[in-house]
Amino acid sequence: MKDSLLEVKDLEVTFFNRNGKVRAVRGINFDVKKGEILGIVGESGSGKTVTNLSIMGLLKGTGKVTKGQIIYKGENLLNKSEKEMLKIRGNDIAMIFQDPMTSLNPVFTVGNQITDVIMRHQKLSRKEAKKKTIEMLKMVGIPSAEERYNNYPHEFSGGMRQRAIIAMALSCKPDLLIADEPTTALDVTIQAQILELLKELKEKLNTSIILITHDLGVVANICSRVVVMYGGMIMEEGSVEDIFYTPLHPYTKGLLQSLPKTGGKMKERLIPIKGNPPNLANEIKGCPFADRCPYTMDICREKQPKYYYDGENHRGMCWLLDKSINGKGENHEE
Amino acid sequence: MRRLIVKRMLQTIPMLIAISIVSFLLIKLAPGDPVQAYITPEMGPTDIERIRENLGLNDPIHIQYIRWLKNVLKGDLGYSLVNHRPVLIQIKERLPATIGLMSTSLIFSMIVGIIVGLLSAANQNKLFDRIVTLISYLGISIPSFWFAMMLIFLLSLKLKLLPSIGMRTIGVHSTWDLIKHAIMPTLVLSIQNIAVIARYIRSSTISQLKEDYVIVQLAAGASRNEILYKYVLKNAILPVITILGMSLPSLVSGAFITESIFGWPGMGQLGVTAIFSYDYPLIMAITMFSSLILILGNLLSDVLYSVVDPRIKELN
Repeated sequence: MKDSLLEVKDLEVTFFNRNGKVRAVRGINFDVKKGEILGIVGESGSGKTVTNLSIMGLLKGTGKVTKGQIIYKGENLLNKSEKEMLKIRGNDIAMIFQDPMTSLNPVFTVGNQITDVIMRHQKLSRKEAKKKTIEMLKMVGIPSAEERYNNYPHEFSGGMRQRAIIAMALSCKPDLLIADEPTTALDVTIQAQILELLKELKEKLNTSIILITHDLGVVANICSRVVVMYGGMIMEEGSVEDIFYTPLHPYTKGLLQSLPKTGGKMKERLIPIKGNPPNLANEIKGCPFADRCPYTMDICREKQPKYYYDGENHRGMCWLLDKSINGKGENHEE
Repeated sequence: MRRLIVKRMLQTIPMLIAISIVSFLLIKLAPGDPVQAYITPEMGPTDIERIRENLGLNDPIHIQYIRWLKNVLKGDLGYSLVNHRPVLIQIKERLPATIGLMSTSLIFSMIVGIIVGLLSAANQNKLFDRIVTLISYLGISIPSFWFAMMLIFLLSLKLKLLPSIGMRTIGVHSTWDLIKHAIMPTLVLSIQNIAVIARYIRSSTISQLKEDYVIVQLAAGASRNEILYKYVLKNAILPVITILGMSLPSLVSGAFITESIFGWPGMGQLGVTAIFSYDYPLIMAITMFSSLILILGNLLSDVLYSVVDPRIKELN
């Protein structure tokens, strides 16, 4: 994997609590290339957010990375001290969060909060940093940015706040932006604007973006590659076209079937995926999706499948893809 | 902001009048007779009756109140029934000592309470936090007079470190001497507030640390200390400003006890003496001054609140 900005190798994250351990992320591999938008899709509890908090070194409470490497520009972030991470967070890797209503501190002006981030990472005077803040606010499309600088968060609307948060995250021109459900709390028209803005800024600043979402519509809109997570594992990875047109994994297929389609028949029913995600506190021997999968075979519950490739960059983790079992598969093994 | 202050100032007038009526009635209802201070063994019942008549004590209660109010509005707080000196002059003599003690105690308890509360929250459920919790429960529960006695016993009597009474050593005019005299009264007056403020700061800091903006700032490269002392503190301090207003009554009443125990020549001590000798004009004046301090303190905390929290400013 040449031109990779970030490589996550064999990552495992475990939360230790009184009743035992919860293996939230169970050995995942993926990489983010320079200047691309990678979507990470999955339902709640699939390990998307935990993965990205481990990249930032911000796992809270009892959570620990128990295995693996996170290679950023050739260096393993997991070996960095807290002091070194302080310089990386916000400067090299920035993050934006789901709820813009609570992401800003209510008792500081919006401008001040962005200026603080700039001054933290760059040797600028307050005046210069302020100038840069106003530039950033303009870039994310906040009208009359000079006046808005002195507004408090409660004087901003939700969409405006998310714009301000994006301005804050991009203020130090990070190489990687992790966007954790950036549009979930916004209404649909604003969602589209924010996605458009992210796409535009990615082009302008050449920032790579990891977009975490449970919304396949968002993925189709702006991502170039997609990682589908379930039960702390990657079920499938491929380009947007691979995932939407030739999905390999039953879980991905299920996700697509539960989406409403435009142009489909009016009375066509959406097909939900039955059941609940697995309890990660339990040991899972086979495939984590086995209990909900319509094609479950005996081997699915006994042994964890390998990755099977369909082309160089499209892989899925499912026994159905094994032609020695399935018979009709044409994919080659890893 | 200015409109808010003027509005609140005007609201204090009816409040003060109501307070004065209630306290006037209470004093009159209390058993005891101020004339006793005038009685000498040679006086007969007619002399006593004449004094009573002269002081206007035989008039109906509302006439007495209106007379008092008229005089107060003219700036005349009357004369002490006991030592016959003007009440206003006596209060003026005593006010600086009380205000000094109260504000020192307030500032001291704010500083200590906030620092201890923050550290306690940052080390939640660790040893430091548990010790602070224990001490603050003690601080809230210990009666101040008992704490005062223990301090005197330990620091003055046994260790002979601090003077036990008064504000100055006679003939000495150094600041150090004043500080030495003020340490114990300030401690006694502050201990409860420190405990309360520390508890509030601890709990509001803990809940603030769970807010989203904390992780946003962490992700933007802020250190734990920067988050705690800059971003969280300003949010966590809001409830303390309310407590500040609420803790004033305990400060004022605490001053009565503390000043009496330590012989601190302030209004509280004057008030206690006045109450024991039924010195009506003095009691009324001290009550009114204490109420005024309270009301102004609450006004101050409201104004401060809107300075710290921009969302409140908007509402006004």
